Amino acid sequence: MRRYHESCRGMVTRRQKVAATVVTDDAGRGGTSAGQDNNAGHQGGAGHGMVQLITPSGERVSHPEYDPWVRDVSDEQLCSLYEDLVVIRRIDKEATALQRQGELGLWPPLLGQEASQVGSVRSLRDDDFIFPSYRENGVAYCRGVDLADILRVWRGAASGGWDPYTVNMAIPQIVIGAQTLHATGYAMGIQNDGADSAAIVYFGDGATSEGDVNEAMVFAASFQVPLVFFCQNNHWAISEPVRLQSHTQLVDRGAGFGIPSMRVDGNDVLAVMAATRVALDRARRGGGPTFIEAVTYRMGPHTTADDPTRYRDPNELEDWAAKDPIGRVHALLDRKGLFTEEFEAGVRTKADAVARELRAGCTGMPDPEPLDVFKHVYSTPNSWLDRQQDHYSRYLASFGDPAGATQEEGAR
Amino acid sequence: MTATMIKEFRLPDLGEGLTESEIVSWKVGVGDTVSLNQIIAEVETAKAVVELPSPFAGVITALHEQPGTVVEVGKPIVSFEVLDDAGNQTAAAAPAEPALPKREPNLVGYGAVVESTGRPVRRQRTLVEPAPVVEPAPVVEPAALVEPVETKPADTASAERPRSTPPVRKLAKDLGVDLGSVTGTGPTGLITRDDVRNFVGGGDLPAAAQELAAQEAAPQPASPQGEREVRTPIKGVRKFTAAAMVNSAFTAPHVTEFLTVDVTPSMELLARLKESKAFAGHKLTPLTLVAKAVLIALRRNPGLNARWDEANQEIVQFNYVNLGIAAATPRGLTVPNIKDADRLALVDLSAALAELTDTARAGKTSPGDLSGGTISITNIGVFGIDAGTPILNPGEAAILAMGAVRKTPWEYRDQVALRQVMTLSLSFDHRLVDGEQGSRFLADVGALLADPGMAFAMA
Repeated sequence: MRRYHESCRGMVTRRQKVAATVVTDDAGRGGTSAGQDNNAGHQGGAGHGMVQLITPSGERVSHPEYDPWVRDVSDEQLCSLYEDLVVIRRIDKEATALQRQGELGLWPPLLGQEASQVGSVRSLRDDDFIFPSYRENGVAYCRGVDLADILRVWRGAASGGWDPYTVNMAIPQIVIGAQTLHATGYAMGIQNDGADSAAIVYFGDGATSEGDVNEAMVFAASFQVPLVFFCQNNHWAISEPVRLQSHTQLVDRGAGFGIPSMRVDGNDVLAVMAATRVALDRARRGGGPTFIEAVTYRMGPHTTADDPTRYRDPNELEDWAAKDPIGRVHALLDRKGLFTEEFEAGVRTKADAVARELRAGCTGMPDPEPLDVFKHVYSTPNSWLDRQQDHYSRYLASFGDPAGATQEEGAR
Repeated sequence: MTATMIKEFRLPDLGEGLTESEIVSWKVGVGDTVSLNQIIAEVETAKAVVELPSPFAGVITALHEQPGTVVEVGKPIVSFEVLDDAGNQTAAAAPAEPALPKREPNLVGYGAVVESTGRPVRRQRTLVEPAPVVEPAPVVEPAALVEPVETKPADTASAERPRSTPPVRKLAKDLGVDLGSVTGTGPTGLITRDDVRNFVGGGDLPAAAQELAAQEAAPQPASPQGEREVRTPIKGVRKFTAAAMVNSAFTAPHVTEFLTVDVTPSMELLARLKESKAFAGHKLTPLTLVAKAVLIALRRNPGLNARWDEANQEIVQFNYVNLGIAAATPRGLTVPNIKDADRLALVDLSAALAELTDTARAGKTSPGDLSGGTISITNIGVFGIDAGTPILNPGEAAILAMGAVRKTPWEYRDQVALRQVMTLSLSFDHRLVDGEQGSRFLADVGALLADPGMAFAMA
């Protein structure tokens, strides 16, 4: 297991095997199926090992380099991590149901990526700033974003769900990878302020193919900004498998930019936490950016409008189900004798309550006014926009003609 | 004690912008008790097969759609009897703002459901006097299938849509008024609400039409809802149309033949002509070319440009062509014709077609334009229809229905290629036109459209 990539040149890769159909990654070290091989067809990779602290069967394995970073995680905290994992899975399930019930326009499920989200966000300080993609709804929950606010944008009731500065987390970025540039800029600002906080930016494997992400990495390295590039490699950019997008492991890309990189089991909440802490520590001490590839799997569809069975082998899903991020913490707590009936009931109660609150907040959310569309475009008055708003108000008012035969269109 | 209430679940937009989905199967039956988010059905959209979780906890009282049915988004698919007490699961969804009424699911792509709060108050819809169905001055022989040809005028100046605002357009639509016939009095000719009302009041109608309007006062269904049946007296254009159809269908033995043609070369020609200087400002459509093809083919097959004169026991062979074009007008079906169409150059024919349709749509076709037709064309393609069995305009021996031009996989140079294909349907009066003559005529029209260069050979 190597931590960083920079000194790994010339290593002979052992990841040449390409499975006939099933393409999985090796999050399952010690697990049931994929074994040691990263059979995603990578070529020429430098052979990053993958950091893992909890095996899929719930065994806590020691790791000399990473253990110290999570030594302070108490049993109590482990239980609380478990609760967060369960609760965000429940949020995800409830939101997916709300979409199917016509209450949300769209939802991007995070099923399977719980550990990557919980492990990373729970490593942050309050003054660190988060730049998410659109799938970090579990991150938002852990960061303390109001449940209804998480759904606001997916219901189409607002352009953004919350004030980023109340929780130091930006609103979801739909444009793939664009948030990496925002984060780099923000981190440059931290530098200018001379603060010791850091920024973290979330993006997926597909985003690494975007120009924005590459530009952001160039700038982040050039200016040595305090930023964590947190890449959740969930193996699928909608229907495009990661092996087509990158002929090396994603983690190897960091080296090209001169950014220290880590490859971590994204379904292992402790390993993710350790890696994020390493990266944050470097950032706070002026060591510049870090690239983390969290190897995980999107168990669900890309969004509720997607059908993954059209492009994905069901065997792959089975492989990854065996590496479930929640199952292994459950098993670990069991081994430690912490998974009592009382604890389980408590977690269930919490998840139920969150789901109820989420649903109530969603169905009770008022629709925006038509003229709200003009708000939040410019921070200062803008004559063009004022003119458009004036026209639109008069247009809306024209449906209210007292003698009017109809105002139906105004309501649409 | 707990009260119950019935709740409907309407099919939501399960993807982004879907309009319908197919019910694949129901996982529950009437009388079943279901919990919140329990899977109740499997639904296939254009994008995916998805499971529908129940939005309520309660008892299923009705399944409104059978498996295999394609259901429009927004239609109720299942009803529940839901407990209405505080302890019930659905009550957990109590709105954050208790004052808000229970919100219906918001369907993406279908606009927000109207709420009573915070929106401009919608007033009771005022029922305006129904638009009188205006009858044309003495109608002569309306017939054949409907055909609105195309509505745009020929010259570019008037090709613009009449200027008005969406609420006024809506008003006009509700009143059945064609804005093209209304003169705008607002700034820069804008059609105002009053203009539309005045038009309905008869302000812009010809005197004769006004009289008829007064006579008729036909009760256009004035009840948007309520009555399940509306009885309208049979009169006016409808009566004439009906009589003509019955007369035609039961006196002339109809034969209909079909021919499907690759009209790609014609479409290409059309595009070239549009670019050419000679046709600047003229409206060229597939109908223009079909009309021309019919006129050319008639020279070789004059037998179709004829009439069975029952009274005199004679067959009248016309040595001129008055080409009828079936048009759907606000007043109903009319078949005005272009006099001596066979003498017109293509550019004049296109102008005449445009004028004819404009006049017809404005309801100003004169009796003269409606009488004396010798053969007709009906353009069912504008409705997206491929073929039909048109009924003859009484007194004429043939009518050609042109279908929609569709991109279709078609044999082309011994390969399958995506070609623009149209089906022609020709009905003729078998008393005076034999199968051979009809077939040759239809084949000629088809050959001309498949290769406009054939015009040199046939002309």
